[in-house]
Amino acid sequence: MSTATVENEPASTVDLGESGDGAGAIESFEVTLKVRRYDPERAEDAWWDEWTLTMYGTDRVLDALHKVKWEIDGSLTFRRSCAHGICGSDAMRINGRNRLACKTLLKDLDTSKPITVEAIKGLPIEKDLIVDMEPFFQSYREIMPFLINNSPAPTAERLQSPEDRERFDDTTKCILCAACTSSCPVFWTDGQYFGPAAIVNAHRFIFDSRDDAGDMRLEVLNDKEGVWRCRTTFNCTDACPRGIEVTKAIQEVKTAIITRSL
Amino acid sequence: MQVHKYDVVIVGAGGAGMRAAIESGQRARTAVLTKLYPTRSHTGAAQGGMCAALANVEEDNWEWHTFDTVKGGDYLVDQDAAEVMAKEAIDAVLDLEKMGLPFNRTPEGKIDQRRFGGHTRDHGKAAVRRACYAADRTGHMILQTLYQNCVKHNVEFFNEYYVLDLITVEEDATKEDGTPYKQKRVAGVVSYDLASGEIHIFQAKSVVFASGGLGKIFKTTSNAHTLTGDGMAIAYRAGIPLEDMEFVQFHPTGLAGLGILLSEAARGEGGILRNSEGERFMERYAPTIKDLAPRDIVARSMANEVREGRGCGPNKDYVLLDLTHLEPEHIDAKLPDITEFARTYLGVEPYTEPVPVFPTCHYAMGGIPTNIKAEVLQDNETVVPGLYAAGEVACVSVHGSNRLGTNSLLDINVFGKRAGIYAAEYAQGAEFVELPEAPETFVVDQLQMLRDATGSERVGAIRAELQETMDANMQVFRSEETIKEALAKIGELKERYTQITVQDKGRRFNLDLLEAVELGFLLDMAEVMTVSALHRQESRGGHYREDFPDRDDENFMLHSMLYKDPEAETEGIQGIRFDTKPVVFTRYEPMERKY
Repeated sequence: MSTATVENEPASTVDLGESGDGAGAIESFEVTLKVRRYDPERAEDAWWDEWTLTMYGTDRVLDALHKVKWEIDGSLTFRRSCAHGICGSDAMRINGRNRLACKTLLKDLDTSKPITVEAIKGLPIEKDLIVDMEPFFQSYREIMPFLINNSPAPTAERLQSPEDRERFDDTTKCILCAACTSSCPVFWTDGQYFGPAAIVNAHRFIFDSRDDAGDMRLEVLNDKEGVWRCRTTFNCTDACPRGIEVTKAIQEVKTAIITRSL
Repeated sequence: MQVHKYDVVIVGAGGAGMRAAIESGQRARTAVLTKLYPTRSHTGAAQGGMCAALANVEEDNWEWHTFDTVKGGDYLVDQDAAEVMAKEAIDAVLDLEKMGLPFNRTPEGKIDQRRFGGHTRDHGKAAVRRACYAADRTGHMILQTLYQNCVKHNVEFFNEYYVLDLITVEEDATKEDGTPYKQKRVAGVVSYDLASGEIHIFQAKSVVFASGGLGKIFKTTSNAHTLTGDGMAIAYRAGIPLEDMEFVQFHPTGLAGLGILLSEAARGEGGILRNSEGERFMERYAPTIKDLAPRDIVARSMANEVREGRGCGPNKDYVLLDLTHLEPEHIDAKLPDITEFARTYLGVEPYTEPVPVFPTCHYAMGGIPTNIKAEVLQDNETVVPGLYAAGEVACVSVHGSNRLGTNSLLDINVFGKRAGIYAAEYAQGAEFVELPEAPETFVVDQLQMLRDATGSERVGAIRAELQETMDANMQVFRSEETIKEALAKIGELKERYTQITVQDKGRRFNLDLLEAVELGFLLDMAEVMTVSALHRQESRGGHYREDFPDRDDENFMLHSMLYKDPEAETEGIQGIRFDTKPVVFTRYEPMERKY
C-alpha cells in the first residue's frame, strides 16, 4: 500500500512540560471490603465477612481481595488470572453491579462506605465468589460459535472488505466473562434463557460475511428461550467490561430474524 | 481416585494446547487438561500481531523472516527450527483465517500487515510490514478462534484440572555406539480436580505439554497470576532437562508500576519513546530502526536512561511512550485496548499525554527442550517417546536469547499444530506404557504435607520476597554479585517454604493449597534460572551481564541444559547438573548485532 510510506517523522526532542514530572506520590487510604462468603464444607448458609484494609491509588478490587487472601484469610476464594480485564475470570457483583474486579479501581468507588462483593447471580454458587460456569458455556456452545463456510477454501485467505470486517467488530471483543448474562433479570428467573453472551457470540458469526450458517443460528435464537425473552433492560450493556453494545447486538439479531423471515 | 485412559493428553489450553487439540482430536482420542477455563489462558492477552511473510502489503519472504528471527535471538536460535517456523507461518495465518479469525483487512480485502520490532526487509535494510493483526487484540482473537474450533470438533476439556506430576518409567537401553543409558517413557499425568479436590490419573500414550510460562517469578510482569512455571517444573522434577532458562524477555512497554502490557504495535504504528528531556533516545541506541529495535535492546536502553538520571516521574523511574503525534482516529482503530489500559489504570489520556512505561517481565525463551517435531528430549539428542511440548513451556529453540515480537503467537500455532499431529500419529502406533505402582504417591504426599503443615510462614509473603529479589537482581542488568544475591535469597526462601501454613483446609476449590503448590514450582524455576544466569559469563539477547558486557561466541555459543540431579553441584548449588548443547546452524553465520 502506498499510504505506508507517508508518515511524519516525530521530532527528536520535544518540550514535555509537566508530563515529564508525573503526578506526585501515590496516596494511600482505608477501605472496608465486605464479601459474601459461602462454603458448604463450613456452613450451610452464606455469611458476610468484613475487612478494613490500607490500599493505594492504583489498587483495584482484585488487589483488595488478594490482600485479604495473602495476608489475612487464605480461605477467601475467587477466580482470577490476567488481572487486566482480558481473561474474563473475575466477574463479580461489586456494590450491586457486575464488573471485573481487576478493572475496578478502588478510588473510583465510594470508599466512605464498605465495598460489597458477591458472586455473580443466576449461576450456582460453588464457594465464595466462584460459580459453576458450565450452564453459561452450554448456552454458548448451542449457538454454534464457529465459522461455518461450505464453499471450497481458496489457497490464500478468504477476502473480506474492511467494511464487512467492521460490521461485526463490536461483538468479537467478548471475553465470555458472563458479566452480561448474570446481570440479566430474565436470566435470573429463567436459567434456560440463552442470555446475552450467547446471543453476542451468535451475532459475531451471523454478521460475518464469510459465514454461511446465519439462518441456522437465527433459527436457534428464534426459540422460546431465545432473543424474544430479552426485555431490553440494558443491564447487559452496562455490565459489559469490554464496552460491547450488547443490547444493540440483541436488537440486530431480532431484526435479522424478522427480515430474513424464518 | 479415578483413572482415565486417553490416546493423547494435552496439558494446557492456551494457543499451543488448543492448536494441538484441534489436530490431535481429529486423529486420536484426546483429552485437554487445563487449570483454567480455556478462554482464560494468557494467549488472550497477546496484542500486536503474528508475523508471516504473506507479502500482502509490500515485498517480503520467509527467508528474511528466518534471518530476522535468528539475528533477533542473537544467534542462539536453532536455525532449522527458525526456518520451519518462518516457512510454516504463512499457512499458520491462513489456517486461522479459514477457522474464522477476524483479521484486519487491506482495502482489497486481504489480511492487513504492520511493522513490528526487529522484523525487516532484506536482512535489516528497513522495517517491514509483516505482522498480521486484529487491532491490538490479536491474541484474544487467536484464543477465541481456537476455542471456537475446539467446540466445533468436540474436543474434550477437563477444566480446572491442575496437572501436578508427569508419570514416566525408565528402561535400560543402549545407544548406537554401545553405551548403556536409561530410556525414559511417558505413561501419563497425575492431576488434581479443583472442584472436588480429588486426584485423577490420566494414562496416555502421548502427553503434550502446552502450559505456558513462568512470569510470576518476577514482581513486575505482564504475565497472569496463574503463570507459575508448572509445566517446566513438573518436567524438571521428572528428570527432563531445561534449556536456556537464563533468557527472560522484558517487554519494554509495561505500564509503569503495574507491568500491564502495552503492545509493541504502539511503536509499530508510529509511537516513540522519550526520556525526561523529551528526547527520542532510541535514535542513539539503534540509529537505523530506532524504536523498532528488538525488545532486549529497547528494554536495556530504557533502563539505562533511568539509571543515568533521565527517567520521568517523581522517582525518575520510568520513561514515556509518546503517541500524541498520531491521529486519535488512527489510535482508536489500531490500538483501542492498550490506550484504554492507560486510561483505566493510570488515568492518562494517550491522545494528549505520553504514557509512563517501564520494562516488564514478559516471556521465557527457555523451557523444555524439543526438536522440530515438538518431541521432548531427555538429553541433547534422545527423544522421550510420546512426550511433546509446544509454546512458551518449550524451547525448540526458535527464540534463542531474545524473542522477536509476534513470534510467540506464531510459535504456538506452528509448533502447537506439529505437536498435535505428531502426538496423535505416535499414539496411533503405540501401546500404553503400564502405570507404575501408585503413581499418585508423590502428589498425594505433597498435598497432605502442605495441608498438615503448621509452620509460621505464609505463601503470599514468600512469593512476594521471591518476586522482589528477582526484580532487583535478575532483571535487564545482571552481574555475578546480583545473581548471587538472588540465589542466596532463593535458598533462604526454599528453606522457609518447608515451614508454610495453608489456612484453607477444605477439599473443594482450595486455591489456597494450589497457590502453595505453585510457589514450589516458582522457587524451583527461579533457582534454575539464576544458576543458569550465573554460569553464562557473557551478554547475549535478554541476558545482560555488566561484568561480561560482550557476547562471547567462543565460549558461550551453546545452549544451557540444566538437569535435576541429587548427586551433582553447579555454581555451588547442590542438586543441579549443568551441561551444554550445540546450536544448530544452517545458513547464517553469527555477526555483530546492530540495528
